[in-house]
Amino acid sequence: MNDRFVIPARLRNTSLALILIGVITLIAGAASLLTSHADTDKTRFWLVLLQDSIFFTLITTVSVFIQAAVSLAQGAWIVSFRRIPEAIGANVWVFGLIAVIVLFAVAFGFTDSHGINTIYQWTTAKGDKIIEGKSAFLNKGMFAFFTLTAIGLWSFFGIKFRTMSLNQDNAPKNDTKLYWKVFRLSGVFLLVYALTQMSTIPWLWIMSIDAHWFSTLFSWYTFASAFVSGMSLIMLWMVYLKNQGNLVLVTTEHMHDVGKFMFAFSIFWTYLWFSQYMLIWYANVPEETTYFVMRQHGPYSIIFYANFIINFVMPILILMARPSKRNYFTVTFMALVIIFGHWLDYYQMMMPGPLKANWHINWYEIGVFMGFAGLLIFVVSRTLAKSSLIAHNNILVKETSIHIA
Amino acid sequence: MAIKKFAVAAYDDEAVLFPAVSKVRKSGYKLHDIYTPFAVHGLDVAMGHKETDLHIAGFIYGLCGTSTAVGFISWIFTSDWPIVYGGKPHFALPAWVPITFELTVLFAAVGMTLTFCYLNQIMPGVKKHVFHPRQSDDLFVMAIELNEHTPEGEVLEFLKSTGAVETNVQVAEDSWWYGRWDKKEEYEALNAG
Repeated sequence: MNDRFVIPARLRNTSLALILIGVITLIAGAASLLTSHADTDKTRFWLVLLQDSIFFTLITTVSVFIQAAVSLAQGAWIVSFRRIPEAIGANVWVFGLIAVIVLFAVAFGFTDSHGINTIYQWTTAKGDKIIEGKSAFLNKGMFAFFTLTAIGLWSFFGIKFRTMSLNQDNAPKNDTKLYWKVFRLSGVFLLVYALTQMSTIPWLWIMSIDAHWFSTLFSWYTFASAFVSGMSLIMLWMVYLKNQGNLVLVTTEHMHDVGKFMFAFSIFWTYLWFSQYMLIWYANVPEETTYFVMRQHGPYSIIFYANFIINFVMPILILMARPSKRNYFTVTFMALVIIFGHWLDYYQMMMPGPLKANWHINWYEIGVFMGFAGLLIFVVSRTLAKSSLIAHNNILVKETSIHIA
Repeated sequence: MAIKKFAVAAYDDEAVLFPAVSKVRKSGYKLHDIYTPFAVHGLDVAMGHKETDLHIAGFIYGLCGTSTAVGFISWIFTSDWPIVYGGKPHFALPAWVPITFELTVLFAAVGMTLTFCYLNQIMPGVKKHVFHPRQSDDLFVMAIELNEHTPEGEVLEFLKSTGAVETNVQVAEDSWWYGRWDKKEEYEALNAG
C-alpha cells in the first residue's frame, strides 16, 4: 500500500505567491511603519509580526499535541491521516524559529522614542510596584529560558514523532517496539506541553503584554483557542488531500471525528472565555476590569462581539448537526471561519494594551497573515510529499480502516 | 400488539451476522429485529434503519430549557422581585448564563431519556418476549416475521444457509405487554404448542 502525494503546481505557485505577498508586505511595512515618527506605527509593525508568529507556532504545535494525546489513549482513528499532523508537527521549528527571532527582537531590542518598550512594558518599567512584585517570574532571563526551551522541545518532539512513524514503515510487520516508544514519549510530551503551552508560555508571551493584569484561566483559554484552530488546520489538509485523490483510508467517519473536535472545542473555548469574563465582571475589581473595559466598551468592542459570534454562535449552529460534520463544504467553510476567528481572538488579546485605539486590520495585517499562511502551505506540502501518506505498517492500520465515528 | 409467528436464528459471530443481515434484506423476508449482547457498530445501517430524529428532539428540549431559564429568571429579577445585587443591573445576563446552561442540559437530558424510552417502548414493568436467553450473553439473535407467503421450513433452511448456529420458530407477542405474567404463560403455552 503506497499513497504518494505529488505537490500540484497550482498549490506550490499559490503558496509561493502568498509568501511573496508576505515578504513584500513586510518590506513595505518596514519602509512605511518603522520609519514613521509615530510610536504607534512602530509598535504596530512589531506587534502584528509577534501576533502572527505566536499564532502560527501555537496552532502547528497543536498537531504534535493531538498525536501525543491520541497515541496515549491508543486511539486508532487518527492513523488513517496521521501523516498530516506529523507533517505539520515536523514543521513547528520553522514557525518556532521566526517566533524566537520576533520575540527576542521585541523583548530585548524594541523601544519607542522615549526608551520605553511599549509591547513588553515589564522589560523597561522602573519603580512599578506591581511589575516589581512579579519580577521573580516575569524577567528577561525567564522569558528567554522558557521561550527557547518550549520552542526547542516542541520542535524536537514534532520531528521525533514523524521520524518514529517513518521508521515504523520499515520495521518488521506487527513489531510493537516503536509503538510503545511513541506511547511513552507521548506521555513525556504531554507533560512538556502542560508546563509550556498550557501554563507558562501564554503568561510570558501574551499575558505579559498587559503586565498589570492577570488571569489564572488565561493559558487554558489560549490553549483552547489554538487547539480548535489547529484541528481546523488538520481538517483543511484532510479535505484538500482527499480531493486530490490521496488518503484512501480516510472516510467520512474520520472527517466526522475531526469535525467533532472542531465543534466540541469551540464550545470549550467559549466556556473558558466566558468563565474568565464572568468572574471578572462579577467581582468587579478595578485592576481586573480594565482589561475588559478596553475590549468590550472601548475601541475594540466590534472585535469583542465578532469574536463571540464567529467562534461560538457560528460553530454551535452550523456544526451541531451530524450531516454538517460529514459534508466537505460545511467543514471546509467552518475550518476557515474558525481559523480566522481565533486569529482575531489572538488579535484582541494582544493589540489593546500597546496600541490603545489605534488599531487597524488593514493591508499590513492581512499581508503578514497571508505570508505566514503561504509559508505553512509550502513547508507542510513539501513534508507531505516526502513519504507515503498511509502509515501502512502502523499496528492500528486495520482498526482505523474499519473505524466508525 | 399482536401475536405473530417468528423464525429465529442465532449467530455466534459478527462476521457471519453482517452478511446474513444483507442476505435477509435482499431475500425480502421481513426482518423483525436483531438482539445483541452489546451495541454493534454499523448494524443499524446494515439493517436499513434511517438516522434517528432523537437528537433533533434533544435540540428542541434544550431550546425549551434555555428559554425557560432566561424567561423565568428575567421575570423574577426585573419585574416580580427586583433586587440590586452587588451593584449589578437588574437584567444581569452574564450572571444567569450558568443557570441557563444547567437548565438547557437538564431539559435536553431528561427529555431525551424519556423520548428514548418511549421510542424503544421501555419502562419499569413493561414486558417483552425474549427470543433466546443467550441474546444478552454471547449470541446475536435475529427474528424474522413469518406470514402465509413465507413457509417456515423454507425460511429456516435459508437461515441455516446464512450461517446460523441455532434456528427455531416461535409464536410470540411482537411488541410489549404491561406487567401481566399470567399473559406471559399464555404465550409460552402457545410456543410449546
